[in-house]
Amino acid sequence: MKTRIGQLALTVVGLFAILLLTLAAFRLPIKDSLSLIVHGAFGDKFGWSRTAVKSIPLLLTGLGMVVSWRGGMYNIGGEGQFIVGGLLGGWFARWGIQAGLPPAFGIAMILICGAVGGALWAALAGLLYVKRGVEVVISTILFNFIAIQFLNWAASGPLQEAKHQLPLTDLLPDNWMLPKFDRQTDLHAGVFLAVLAAIAIWGFLYFTKAGFKLRVVGENPRVARANQIQVMRTKMLAIMVSGALCGLAGGVEYVGTAGQLGAGFSQQWGFLGIPVALLGGLHPLWAIGSAFYFGALFSGSENLARFTPAGTTIVYVIQAAAVLGYVAMKALNDRRITPKEAG
Amino acid sequence: MEWLAILPYATPVALAAIGETIAQRGGVINISLEGGMLMGAFFGMFASFLTNSPWLGLFAGLAAGVAITAVFAYFTVYLASDQVVVGTALNLFALGLTGTFYRARFGQSGQILSVARVPQWHSLDAVTLLLLVSVVAVNFLLFRSAWGLALRSAGEYPKAAEAAGFSVHRLRLGALLIGGAFAGIAGAYLSVGITGSFAENMSAGRGFVAIAMVTFGRWRPAFVFLASLLIGFADSLQFRFQAYGWNVPYQLMTALPYLLALIVLAVVGKGTVAPQALGIAYRREK
Repeated sequence: MKTRIGQLALTVVGLFAILLLTLAAFRLPIKDSLSLIVHGAFGDKFGWSRTAVKSIPLLLTGLGMVVSWRGGMYNIGGEGQFIVGGLLGGWFARWGIQAGLPPAFGIAMILICGAVGGALWAALAGLLYVKRGVEVVISTILFNFIAIQFLNWAASGPLQEAKHQLPLTDLLPDNWMLPKFDRQTDLHAGVFLAVLAAIAIWGFLYFTKAGFKLRVVGENPRVARANQIQVMRTKMLAIMVSGALCGLAGGVEYVGTAGQLGAGFSQQWGFLGIPVALLGGLHPLWAIGSAFYFGALFSGSENLARFTPAGTTIVYVIQAAAVLGYVAMKALNDRRITPKEAG
Repeated sequence: MEWLAILPYATPVALAAIGETIAQRGGVINISLEGGMLMGAFFGMFASFLTNSPWLGLFAGLAAGVAITAVFAYFTVYLASDQVVVGTALNLFALGLTGTFYRARFGQSGQILSVARVPQWHSLDAVTLLLLVSVVAVNFLLFRSAWGLALRSAGEYPKAAEAAGFSVHRLRLGALLIGGAFAGIAGAYLSVGITGSFAENMSAGRGFVAIAMVTFGRWRPAFVFLASLLIGFADSLQFRFQAYGWNVPYQLMTALPYLLALIVLAVVGKGTVAPQALGIAYRREK
């Protein structure tokens, strides 16, 4: 575990072992299951496209988690921020389409609305922590459930589709969606956005003053205070940037894949950003690899679900086992990965 | 309306919160409480489905709650790992495990599942009675027993507990396991007590609401119980508000328990009565 390459090799071997063990634990035929998963994820251009499409929200929410957890704010409300981001985008789209805005401008505005909505939703939890000492772990989860009901209400009320029959919003017109690379597959331009976001967050965390302060606050608030870094303001920044990324993920999902909002809008993307971030070692660039791996697992397990009783939920088990394995490895090396004083 | 009718709605959160009070008095926040409830709900339903006995269902729920909490305890107490990281991973694990088993065994078709339920008598049943007894019993355990005194010292100032000859690790392990048993029964009550059925992610955040109620109830079993009654009341409203003729969206009523939990947290704040070592892992000096 001394070198980075050793660490990477160990992680890859460990992840593969966990995959095999999980398949064995659920009594699935290992060889056939593996080939189903690999085929589903990379078998043809549809597989590659599915994998990439699922990696996009995973990477964006994962980046959100990297920022907040690095800053000592345990945001587990990515789900709510994702939903509120999508919702604000949906509200803008409804207005913008009626007003006849140019589609390119509209798409950009939806993405901005997504980020703003997520940031504001996260700011509520941030304020409760800063002003009232309410643990972010608890408040963000509670905000998730409120966001879900907010979405359900909007989709069957003010934002409901024109016929007023289903609890869904109107489908976006094609020219209001992000451009796709191929007519037959779903892969959209959001993939560039996600990778750019990873690079931007890397730049922010490691090459700016604010990013440095954020990492110091997360790692050691006492040192931060001694150096006159405003801890609470930095934590507020951390959770708002985190919310913005999760909300952006919601906006991208809306204009990239879903095209409409309803109860099934978020497939736990916000929550799943946590294992993505943790397995990426809370580093924005490693998060790209981690998001891609889990994206592949999700699209592969969809294929698995067609032929075996196991569905995509099996990926949650794999992710949880991977995080625990990672935590155990860290503990045995007696190194701390997470901030000491966190909310 | 009959006031007693609130009790079944309050019971899952209240039981989990009473158990969590023990864990937090010992200095550990069991973030995997939600996962413990979900495990309890699934395995409670499954045992009741297989054996047709709701009592075995409750017992299986208890065992499942203890099992997942034992993993949490191993990581957070003995390896001194981060409580949020481990708890979140275990919640995800519970979601995946119960979802996979449920889909594999009962299909994704939304087939109507009905299992034997705990017999009820005027909104009272064995579990609600257990809840009432446990409020008194846990109060006694925490404030009138030697173990409770030792446990509370482990939550306030672990070095002192260790110096007095107690093992902080063992005290915390015990507190967590008792809390896990409570969470498991609380979850099983959702499936074999209230609904006689199961749905994916059935606990729906009640574990976190329970943690909020421990804070609101100031780490005292009786207050925690009263706080949970308030949540039970809010929870029951979504099934009754239409009868009252209230013209509000039902989504607001569904969100009400979570909203209420947030509001009380904001109002009471953290305060000074929280166990001083809450959330901080204890490492034995070498």
